[in-house]
Amino acid sequence: MTLVDKAQIMDAEGMRRAMVRMAHEILEKNGGTENLALVGIRTRGFPLAGRLAAAISHIEGKRLPVGVLDITLYRDDLSTIDVQPQVRRTEIPFDVTRKNIVLVDDVIFTGRTARAALDAIMDLGRPARIQLAVLIDRGHREVPIRPDCVGKNVPTSRREIISVRLQEVDGKDEVVIQEPQGS
Amino acid sequence: MPMRHKDLLGLEYLERDEIELVLDTAVPMKEIFTRDIRKLPTLRGKTMVNLFYEPSTRTRTSFELAGKWMSADVTNIATSTSSVAKGESLKDTARTLEALGANFVVIRHQMAGAPHLVARTVKASVVNAGDGRHEHPTQALLDLFTIRERLGRIEGLKVAIVGDILHSRVARSNIWGLAKLGAHVTVCGPRTLIPPDVSRMGAEVTCDLREALADADVVNVLRLQLERQKKGLFPSIREYSDLYGITRERVEKCKPGVLILHPGPANLGVEITEEVAESPNAAVHQQVTNGVACRMAVLYLLSGGGRPGEVVA
Repeated sequence: MTLVDKAQIMDAEGMRRAMVRMAHEILEKNGGTENLALVGIRTRGFPLAGRLAAAISHIEGKRLPVGVLDITLYRDDLSTIDVQPQVRRTEIPFDVTRKNIVLVDDVIFTGRTARAALDAIMDLGRPARIQLAVLIDRGHREVPIRPDCVGKNVPTSRREIISVRLQEVDGKDEVVIQEPQGS
Repeated sequence: MPMRHKDLLGLEYLERDEIELVLDTAVPMKEIFTRDIRKLPTLRGKTMVNLFYEPSTRTRTSFELAGKWMSADVTNIATSTSSVAKGESLKDTARTLEALGANFVVIRHQMAGAPHLVARTVKASVVNAGDGRHEHPTQALLDLFTIRERLGRIEGLKVAIVGDILHSRVARSNIWGLAKLGAHVTVCGPRTLIPPDVSRMGAEVTCDLREALADADVVNVLRLQLERQKKGLFPSIREYSDLYGITRERVEKCKPGVLILHPGPANLGVEITEEVAESPNAAVHQQVTNGVACRMAVLYLLSGGGRPGEVVA
């Protein structure tokens, strides 16, 4: 199956502006940086968490702690998926207990990744509060989970695929809608 | 890139990329030791049976913890108190375990090839926890993992495996794994305890310990299997110890920072002195910890794969 790009829905500049707005929203919701920490969900949530931390540092002059979470071992579909995902490291260089944690991911779709991330983070300690920030909300939730902070809402059909490309991982910043070809 | 096998029967049957995948997967698995809650939901609802026809403390416990920490239901069968004592055959036992719903069968057996027979009989994933003199793949994986963790690489290292090579499944699995990952392996021991096929596996052979230790980056000291020594293959334990025992004096003549491994349980004062086993050069306890991480990685990788054609969301 090959995927073709259907439309670009965010360019580098649009992404930068969305991140700045999300940084402001996170600060507003939490009344500043006190007790706040960011945790990116692998793979692309991690660079995004880093960018949010940079934007927040630019606004408030304080660098938030940033961690990275691998949720593979918490997935609910390991026995049914064909290609088994590789497990990578979870690196959270701070104690999550009593922190206000903002989970960061690129896309929210079914909500199952966020569900897994909640379980994973709660096995590491007892945060005071967990929030969810995503660059793209594409709808089609299968569990009652809702992000607290969204870069852009994008209505999609189920067969479409949202690809967030990031400089750090993919060599450029953009978000595109893709579709499987010939079906 | 997935594991391409239902079972883990030996490192002889794995490709280099599969061995590296296990080692890479064991790195995040090891994080569980640093956590307050040692529980992952990954194997929830799966059943794992430890079927041990030979005594074992660390391997059985290590598999048991690996399974339990990943939420599998684990049950142990000690063959002396099971139907095996009534004469049940290995195949029958395997079929019974399958009927009981086992997803993993971890087996240790005195006969080489026993795990292969079980693997052919049942749909469950079979993990070889040591079969006769043949292989002990998870021990070699944890040795490889420990070498990589301590020295940063395996490719190009010189590894000496010292002791009773003839009776050692640990040696065999290590030779396969080390050779596949590009290390230079030398085995060293009394001529009577070196099997004829070792050089065919890609290892050099010497009976001179000084020569084996001279440029070694890693020395893997094997346990002298006293329970298997009935045929007068060497004159006495004292002489063995004099010629092949790893002592502080001998370690001091090695490369600085030489890594000393021992699969345990050690006959302290025979193949290795307590002083060496507890020295900073040795990784005996680290090996035990890494064993759990490597076995978790193996269980995770063998549990994968669903119906073909589905896409990872």
